[in-house]
Amino acid sequence: MGIVEAILLTVITAATPLVIAALGELVTERSGVLNLGVEGMMIIGAVCAFVATQQTGSPYIGIIAGTVSGALFSLLFGFLTLTLVANQVATGLALTILGLGVSGMIGEPYSGQSGAKLPQIVFPFLSDIPYLGPLLFKQDLIFYLSIVLIFAVNWFLFKTRTGLMLRSVGDSHSSAHALGINVIRTRYLAVLFGGACAGLAGAQFSLVYTPQWTENMSAGRGWIALALVVFASWRPWRVVIGGYLFGAVSISQLHAQAFGIGIPSQFLSALPYLATVAVLIVISHNRRTTLINTPASLGKSFVPDR
Amino acid sequence: MKKLLFALASTVAVLGFTAAASAQDKAKICFMYVGSHTDGGYSQAHDLGRLDLEKALGDKIETQFLENVPEGPDAERALERLARSGCNLIFSTSFGFMDATVKIAEKFPDVKFEHATGYKSGPNLANYNSRFYEGRYIQGQIAAKVSKTGVAGYIASFPIPEVVMGINAFVVGARSVNPDFKIKVVWANTWFDPGKEADAAKALIDQGVDILTQHTDTTAPMQVAAERGAKAFGQASDMIKAGPETQLTAIVDTWGTYYIKRTQLLLDGKWETASSWDGLKDGILKMAPYTNMPDDVKKMAEETEAKIKSGELKPFTGPLKKQDGSEWLAAGVSSDDGTLLGMNFYVEGVDDKLPQ
Repeated sequence: MGIVEAILLTVITAATPLVIAALGELVTERSGVLNLGVEGMMIIGAVCAFVATQQTGSPYIGIIAGTVSGALFSLLFGFLTLTLVANQVATGLALTILGLGVSGMIGEPYSGQSGAKLPQIVFPFLSDIPYLGPLLFKQDLIFYLSIVLIFAVNWFLFKTRTGLMLRSVGDSHSSAHALGINVIRTRYLAVLFGGACAGLAGAQFSLVYTPQWTENMSAGRGWIALALVVFASWRPWRVVIGGYLFGAVSISQLHAQAFGIGIPSQFLSALPYLATVAVLIVISHNRRTTLINTPASLGKSFVPDR
Repeated sequence: MKKLLFALASTVAVLGFTAAASAQDKAKICFMYVGSHTDGGYSQAHDLGRLDLEKALGDKIETQFLENVPEGPDAERALERLARSGCNLIFSTSFGFMDATVKIAEKFPDVKFEHATGYKSGPNLANYNSRFYEGRYIQGQIAAKVSKTGVAGYIASFPIPEVVMGINAFVVGARSVNPDFKIKVVWANTWFDPGKEADAAKALIDQGVDILTQHTDTTAPMQVAAERGAKAFGQASDMIKAGPETQLTAIVDTWGTYYIKRTQLLLDGKWETASSWDGLKDGILKMAPYTNMPDDVKKMAEETEAKIKSGELKPFTGPLKKQDGSEWLAAGVSSDDGTLLGMNFYVEGVDDKLPQ
């Protein structure tokens, strides 16, 4: 295996959780709900996936546990902001803090243990393609799911009627309501989807990235996923580009250091953030299309009138 | 976020204090940690020291700890709260708490303070540290024997003297066995980020390193090494669980002996300010069992450890050159502690440019 392939493999592992969590948050935000609790849902997903895997011995049950727990945790956010009409920003932040605390509590007996790593699923023949084969067809289930997710989210948002309804709820909840769309139900489902994705991203963390449980192990990646959505101006493909770019620069800078090229490491550590923001700003420079893509009701609470 | 957690923690702590205020006849020994007491690394090592203290002197003292205290202004407030709540002796366990500890020690002359890994002191403020570099020297020797590629990888946190000293000790140790040995250094610029530490470990292994050592807090690099068939050293705690067939040894911080010694002095009314920098011989750090290596390497490591304990061997002893080739220590001369504590240069053999 050449060094380029080795680097790309590491990049894929680093970018997958960002892409999954960011796509989920994108759908949530397209429905007009700003959920700042990605980090919290992610870490809950990570701990539940790890505990379930340790208990049952099956990482696949772990994936399900991570996804479901992330979704259930987001339901708490949904109940507070959609049913009780609490402030979304404050509730989202609270969700992150709660998630970090609760996950630490659940995971305490498991900290320091090494877990089973999610096995690779190898596609016969396809995985023999030089260069691309091992990268794309010799991966774990969560990577394949992330690829399916990219196409599914794109198709759902822009090619289906339900996707159109979801976007209309995010753009103007009053108009959508007047048209007879159930705004609260749509938003609940979008929040749930975002939570499930964050939970799945968390499961990738404790089952693939670093198969172990350590308190606060997501180390701020939920916030990066959130930022990706905004800088990608709510376009799924840009989220994917941003996520992979961030992963690529993060990994390359580590390799650059190991080669000993002599650039200050503090600058190299900042590079992924700088590069990702710069590139996404350039591809989103058209103000008009950015405005069209911004959900106009983002963060606004909706109370149906009688 | 950390602030909020801290606010919660301190509220809980205050409640704890009011409940304990009635039992004033026992001396109260307090601890302040930068991380969680279950972090599996640095802060947990201090907490194990606290538990040792309770076990040894539990009938005469009670202990209390504050965890997840951020370095900065919050540290000052947390310390003040501890001082006001009737703590007789406070161990402030992170380098970044140093200035806050100095300030609060001046404000509360009747309370005794001890600060870990710093260099400031006062009439009621002592400082204490551990000669981690002695363990790193042994690790370097082991690496040079076990490595097949002749290159080790070092995952570093921040370019502070403590970390630079560790890198240098490792290289000096390795070169005492194999003068051509090289290390590659990757700065993670974090103490704690399993993902990033794992990425750094993968990058190093992909570039031909077959031994990993780390100065960051999680077991992620050990796991990567295990997966890729490399060997690795544990940090701050015994990490053998993360790599039963991978860990060669680990530097294990054992603060308990020091905590018991100082508390006993306090109880006897003999506590005085001091600067102590203990090493392997004092038992403030221990080497985890030497595993996964041939017997002759194990023997060499044990001999080196014994020599360091007896004082026969000092890791930083000349002839040693700095990275640029200029002379640092002449033959037979050992470095003084001041130079070590302010170390801001690499020795020869480090394949990296020190971030300034």
